[in-house]
Amino acid sequence: MEISAKQKITEDLLPQKFGKPGMIWVGVLLALCTLGLVAYIRQLSKGLVVTGMRDYVSWGIYISNFVFFVAISLVGSLITAVLRLSDVHWSTPLTRIAEIIAVSAITFASLIIIVDMGRPERFYNLFLHGRLQSPIIWDVIVITTYFFVSILLLYIPLMPDLAIMIKFKDKTSKGLHKVYSYLGSFWKNNPAQISISSKAINILSVTIIPVAFAIHTVTSWLFATTYRPGWDSTNFGAYFISGAFLVGAGGVIVAMYIFRKAYKLEKYITESHFDRMGKVLVLLALLYLYFNVNEFLVPAFKMKKSEEEHLLGLFTGEFAPVFWFAITTAMIIPILILIFKKGRKPLPAFIAGILVVIGSWFKRYLIVTPTLLHPFLPMDNVPEAYKHYYPTWEEWAIAIGSLAGAMLIITIFARIFPIIPIQETLDETEELEHHQQTIATPQ
Amino acid sequence: MKTNDTTRRDFIATGLLAGLTVAGCSTNKNPFQPDATEQVVPSGEKVKLLSVNGEVIEVDKAFLKPVPSLPTVSNEAARLGIPGKKFVMVIDLSRCKNLKKCQASCNHMHQIHPGQNWIKVHPMQEAENTAPYWQPTTCMHCDEPPCVKVCPVDATFKRQDGIVLIDSDRCIGCRFCMAACPYSTRVFNWEELDLPKAVAELPYSCETSVPQKVGTVGKCDFCPDMVRQGELPHCVSACPNGVFLFGDVNEDSVTNGAETFRFSELVKDKAGYRLMEDLGTKPSVYYLPPVNRNFPFEKEEEGEEAAHTKS
Repeated sequence: MEISAKQKITEDLLPQKFGKPGMIWVGVLLALCTLGLVAYIRQLSKGLVVTGMRDYVSWGIYISNFVFFVAISLVGSLITAVLRLSDVHWSTPLTRIAEIIAVSAITFASLIIIVDMGRPERFYNLFLHGRLQSPIIWDVIVITTYFFVSILLLYIPLMPDLAIMIKFKDKTSKGLHKVYSYLGSFWKNNPAQISISSKAINILSVTIIPVAFAIHTVTSWLFATTYRPGWDSTNFGAYFISGAFLVGAGGVIVAMYIFRKAYKLEKYITESHFDRMGKVLVLLALLYLYFNVNEFLVPAFKMKKSEEEHLLGLFTGEFAPVFWFAITTAMIIPILILIFKKGRKPLPAFIAGILVVIGSWFKRYLIVTPTLLHPFLPMDNVPEAYKHYYPTWEEWAIAIGSLAGAMLIITIFARIFPIIPIQETLDETEELEHHQQTIATPQ
Repeated sequence: MKTNDTTRRDFIATGLLAGLTVAGCSTNKNPFQPDATEQVVPSGEKVKLLSVNGEVIEVDKAFLKPVPSLPTVSNEAARLGIPGKKFVMVIDLSRCKNLKKCQASCNHMHQIHPGQNWIKVHPMQEAENTAPYWQPTTCMHCDEPPCVKVCPVDATFKRQDGIVLIDSDRCIGCRFCMAACPYSTRVFNWEELDLPKAVAELPYSCETSVPQKVGTVGKCDFCPDMVRQGELPHCVSACPNGVFLFGDVNEDSVTNGAETFRFSELVKDKAGYRLMEDLGTKPSVYYLPPVNRNFPFEKEEEGEEAAHTKS
């Protein structure tokens, strides 16, 4: 490949300073995070009484948000590991986007679970007195593991790019140059290093798949290991995982579209990427729909007394608007958009992605709250407020603040590091050219 | 009953001695040495005490100080439970008329937050055509407790005497136990209350569950502090109709204070049952069916919720 072409690709993919929209975006996110922090300080000083949760609905939108974060973080393993191991090359430009979504989401999953604790200052008890038989401890173990494996899967492929960034000293600020040097100055790009790194990536890719399945399966078990109608289901692990891949893939499409627009990456994140991710999303939405049919149709056929109130509440009762909204926006409409070739163009695919993400958030809400409002024994001898759940402004502020925080991490990451792997793109372009040359000039 | 008496006497003597020692330690002075601030004049009235060595000693009454309320037992002992016991409760539904005296005394003695109750009295009805009745529920103290299974930090635990307790000094407030309990028996202390000084200063023990701690879970504890003293749980002694019977499976007897029954016979004769047997939780609370009732089922006031059909 010509030097100038290489130069062109590298310069295209270098991280860019925020423009005006970028600054506004960061400002809004920071403001939302601050508001969340203020609300959390209020909660710390007054106790969980500032939330809308009470004895019956003892888990609310914090836990929904936790499940949502864990779900969306699974996409890191899908794009980086599953597609990499199956030798799919078109997804290379998307790996880093997927991996940073995974890292930021799993970070905020851990934070939001601490927010939900009545006694966050006793967090150390989990290590001091942890009991292996509790699914919460399983969750602590697998989420920690997933966090570190994801960090490594983000960092190791980043090293060659860091070496490139160091070379562009004149184009980066002094502070950033120090960051790059600290993180990547040992990368010499020699064959020994490349071989170790690719081996490491392979091992991590294999490792992360069971760990990813574990984090969301265990998260589903937080519910499925109880007796309650709506949670007492053997379908839950698979139901959660399929939903997780769906929302994660939706999130990647949204991020792809935004980065493509903001950084003018049309040459690297092409229409064909949207086309392919669109097809992946349709497959995942159908899969999730299938598990939903299992989850609701089978108990609804029997209408056991304990399940009846819960199911009717979802289908036609109090929660019906949210339920049907979630089903249609997270699955049915995206499928209808993306099943057509025209629907897989960037803009409609982006809209479908947003619908998937929003619908999936409300789906998580429905997994947590309605079940808690239908206990086995009737809700008696409690104040009227205990029989409903309306999240307070503090809860919304904290939940939205955590979502903003996750997006802020992604935004800042893309400001500092190339969001599309430079070295891997160069290598693949070279390979492709080499391949074409050998075809063009038969020996 | 002999062993019981000895432990009780030991306990009182130890408590007194501990009280004296604590008083001595905190002022760093010999409590038997009168000082300027605190002149103790011997009254001449002697009191016999049993020392920890088993000797009977005589102390002047004036030197005795009121025992500051110390935790009755250590955390380790409270976690182990009372050896040789297996506590059980029988609730006779034919006697309940929803007076809620049990609830009131429980709430008062445990300083439960306003609006919350450890004991609930549900209006129940099995099916459309069957008779409604009142069903008080406590913690079931299950032998296979779902709450204990899920607790990540061993803050809620099952003791050898069958009681399921919560250690509010360890609870992290994750509320997984509340989700796991099919009987919805657990409450959460959502806020910090301004407790009367006397209550707030009580030393916490998982046997007394007082004072309630913000950010932790609470529930019916079968009053192990009372039981340790040979007394009945507060709900049992508060009920004027003798609905609650409390006792020990190993002794095979249950009592409401006025009447005592052989537990196995009572449950057999009156066809006792447990709630949600199908879940396999093996509760320690048995119910006697509401037959030959002492009172008709009456709603105490207008607006009381209609009887629920049992799930």
